[in-house]
Amino acid sequence: MSRRHFLRAAGGLAAGAALPAAAQSNRILPVQDIAPLIARITGGRPVEKRDVTVELPSLAENGNSVPLRIRVASPMSATDLVTDLHVFAERNPRPFVAAYHFGPVVARAQVDTRIRLAVEQRVLVIAALTGGRFLSGETHVVVTSAACIDEGI
Amino acid sequence: MALARLQVSPSVRAGEAVEVRLLVQHPMETGFRRESDGRAVPMNVVNSLVCRLGAVEVLRAEFGSGVSANPYLSFWIVPPASGELVVEWVDDAGVKGRVAATIAVT
Repeated sequence: MSRRHFLRAAGGLAAGAALPAAAQSNRILPVQDIAPLIARITGGRPVEKRDVTVELPSLAENGNSVPLRIRVASPMSATDLVTDLHVFAERNPRPFVAAYHFGPVVARAQVDTRIRLAVEQRVLVIAALTGGRFLSGETHVVVTSAACIDEGI
Repeated sequence: MALARLQVSPSVRAGEAVEVRLLVQHPMETGFRRESDGRAVPMNVVNSLVCRLGAVEVLRAEFGSGVSANPYLSFWIVPPASGELVVEWVDDAGVKGRVAATIAVT
């Protein structure tokens, strides 16, 4: 093989490998069905899509540590309060991220933490309120450097 | 070693909300990582954590592999009385950790 041929072939390979990195990772980690996980929390009761704010950077540089703030518009009075928060990332290898259960001392329906995100995806939060009510909120995040997909899944 | 930091204002006015910040030193192994020699690193995360103020349970949390290494958690409480705020956790390997801070309500 001549040097020219080799370079042409190598260049083509490199371009092919570099181009669809994001598209590839989305193909490796498809959306997982989190409906059974949600059903286990809600017991089939309806979930209203309101009042839950999921604050995430719209573009996360490092998927290994993405700051997350969850806020629920709730008076947190004795009769009307948020009792639980459940966090799901449906394109992570394991969609369950975390769950928080509030006792009576908790003053605000707010939690700050840092999470892992495998790829660009939707982060969903389900909030359980007193009286068997459920609210949800979600945010879409773009992840440039993904977590946990260096392994060929 | 289970190292952790629990930060909370040492004195609080009665009825005032105060932020509790917790940082636990833990690798939160996902189970998807391999050593340089190819051996898979088994999953080991802090799977449950509980925060109490005196006898009152303040917050309970369950974590999966989607929580970052060295898990950080912050939340707001209104302490009803002075006491010791204690956070205890356990990981998949059964290793337990504990960190405490004192709150004085004035």
